Amino acid sequence: MSADVTLENITVKFDEFTAVKNADITIKGGEFFSFLGPSGCGKTTLLRAISGFQEPSEGLVRIGGKDMTGIGPNKRPTALIFQNLALFPLMTVWENIAFSLEVKGVSKAERMKRADELLELVALPGQGGKMVNELSGGQRQRVAVARALAAEPEVLLLDEPLSALDLKLRQHMRTELREIQQRAGITFIYITHDQGEALTMSDRIAVMREGLIEQVGEGTIVYDNPATAFVASFVGENNAFHGTVTKVISSKVVVNTDSCELEAYLAEGSKLSVGDKAIVFARPEAISFVKRKNSAKNVINTEVVHQEFEGHFWHLILKGPKGMKIKMSQINDGSTQVYDEGTKIQVQIDPKQAIALAIGPLAAE
Amino acid sequence: MIIWFQKFFERNGVVLSLYMLIVTFIWIVVMFVLPQIFMFDFSFRFNWTQIDPSKIGGPEDIYTLQHYKFLLFGSPNNPDPFNIVDVSVFARTILAAVFVTLFDVILCYPVAYYLAHVAKGGVTRLMMLSLVVPFWINELLRAFAFRILFGEEGTINNILLFLGILNQPIDFVRENIALYTGLGYAYILLMIFPIYNAVESLDRNQIEAARDLGSPWWRIHWRVVIPYAKPGITSGCTMVFMLSAGALALPQIIGGPSSLWFTQIIYQWFNTGSNWPRGSAYAVSLLVICVIFVLLIMKIFKVKFGEIGR
Repeated sequence: MSADVTLENITVKFDEFTAVKNADITIKGGEFFSFLGPSGCGKTTLLRAISGFQEPSEGLVRIGGKDMTGIGPNKRPTALIFQNLALFPLMTVWENIAFSLEVKGVSKAERMKRADELLELVALPGQGGKMVNELSGGQRQRVAVARALAAEPEVLLLDEPLSALDLKLRQHMRTELREIQQRAGITFIYITHDQGEALTMSDRIAVMREGLIEQVGEGTIVYDNPATAFVASFVGENNAFHGTVTKVISSKVVVNTDSCELEAYLAEGSKLSVGDKAIVFARPEAISFVKRKNSAKNVINTEVVHQEFEGHFWHLILKGPKGMKIKMSQINDGSTQVYDEGTKIQVQIDPKQAIALAIGPLAAE
Repeated sequence: MIIWFQKFFERNGVVLSLYMLIVTFIWIVVMFVLPQIFMFDFSFRFNWTQIDPSKIGGPEDIYTLQHYKFLLFGSPNNPDPFNIVDVSVFARTILAAVFVTLFDVILCYPVAYYLAHVAKGGVTRLMMLSLVVPFWINELLRAFAFRILFGEEGTINNILLFLGILNQPIDFVRENIALYTGLGYAYILLMIFPIYNAVESLDRNQIEAARDLGSPWWRIHWRVVIPYAKPGITSGCTMVFMLSAGALALPQIIGGPSSLWFTQIIYQWFNTGSNWPRGSAYAVSLLVICVIFVLLIMKIFKVKFGEIGR
């Protein structure tokens, strides 16, 4: 069974410090929902508020419509997967998985049977007799998921559980977690600072900064139509051009940066008028070489600083006028030219892929 | 072995290496192994010093089991099947030491857990201080102070009488309650600190994970915290048990007049009895039985010897 989770205007304060400010979200039953943000943005605090380890200073959590105020973590229909997994090292895999059943007083035979089923679900059949320290990182991950699922939660909370794994395994576990979620059919609330994880797994993402939720939406929306400068700079890579708005034509704006004029579209729901300070964001993949000089808008004269090869992409680090750094990425189609440092090239930003946003704090690099 | 020493010297330099080796040698061999070997050897000899000192080292100075026999069966003209007095004192001492140990575990585990995982900053320091400061007072002074507390006219009796809970004073000393309390009190730190050490390194997430999985507090302790703290608990229990069984001053001062502690019998053989071999035999017996008892308990609770050193 899956339940929806409603955060009603939640604020969490620690003495003077406010970790979460007015979080107000409804997470639908059966949804894979991620909170994405840099460390210290309050996402873990929010998760602890949902699991019951942290009472909000203001506001309330509802799970399946029921007010959770005053209900301890052991009485909530949630199960939490900790960042370090927190498997019990002195118990076997079976005992770990069946712990919540043991608490409920389920008979030993029944517990073993259930644990076996769950091991099957997380693709670890026959590993029940092992101790936790005999398992690899990925296997422990699965045991943690199985242990949490054994409690038959309506909501599964995951606190960056993949961060300790190496890249390959992490990518594999993303798919795996998503599949487990669909098989189990329950609500997953996932905490991460890794936008790749959030984008690949989630139905919806909430991007957080300093305790505030900056934007909630599907991955494509957060990526393609960021609501704030922070979201634009935090989710995925982005080039930021600071400037002043000189023209507004319906949904198009022209921003005058110190070195060039850039045409961009106006982010949905945001308003800019002539004279406002603004930032134009363009993804590295939205920047291309200038083909026909005359007709092109948004052209910038640059100089190659450095070229990086990342397999499926070539990245060019360019220096624009007044030393501004621009990153440009091209798909590796086998014909990519190698540029020497100092080569002068002209690049162009596709106005359809450039977005203008009101000035605001950016993500730290 | 030689290679190990070479590496040890290379790693630590000559001065530190020599210092560590000499200190360890003195600690283990000179202070511990040698005297125990002497005692052990002594326990198998006749008491020639008292009977005829000239026979020492002579042809008649041979090994004998008579002192161990005496502990078990008493003097040859003892009508009983065994040495009722000494054996029963022995058994009672072990039993009482077990009782004191259990009492300390039950008392100290919650305190150690609280110190390690609940108390914060200032409170922890304050608690630590208040645990340690009473032990600045000399043991004898504490023992006699306990007499004042537990005496027939003592503070506790007076309070209980005043409150009307008792009609007649209880003789806590005669009933050995004073002794058990005193022993329990004397070794509290030896119980708290090993448990604290063990529990402190427990990842808080484990406790929270258990709680999140629906566990009530007692099951969290039973299934997660206590198994983790087991080496510390065993270590504390071993020390408290050994020291209680081997205590002398407290049983002398606050022990009931009718009930001896086994160490007092040992003391009598060494001192007033002037029979060092018999005293040694008694002491060795106590040691051996205590060690066996501890190893047995460790076996039952599946604690490995190495874990105690953690």
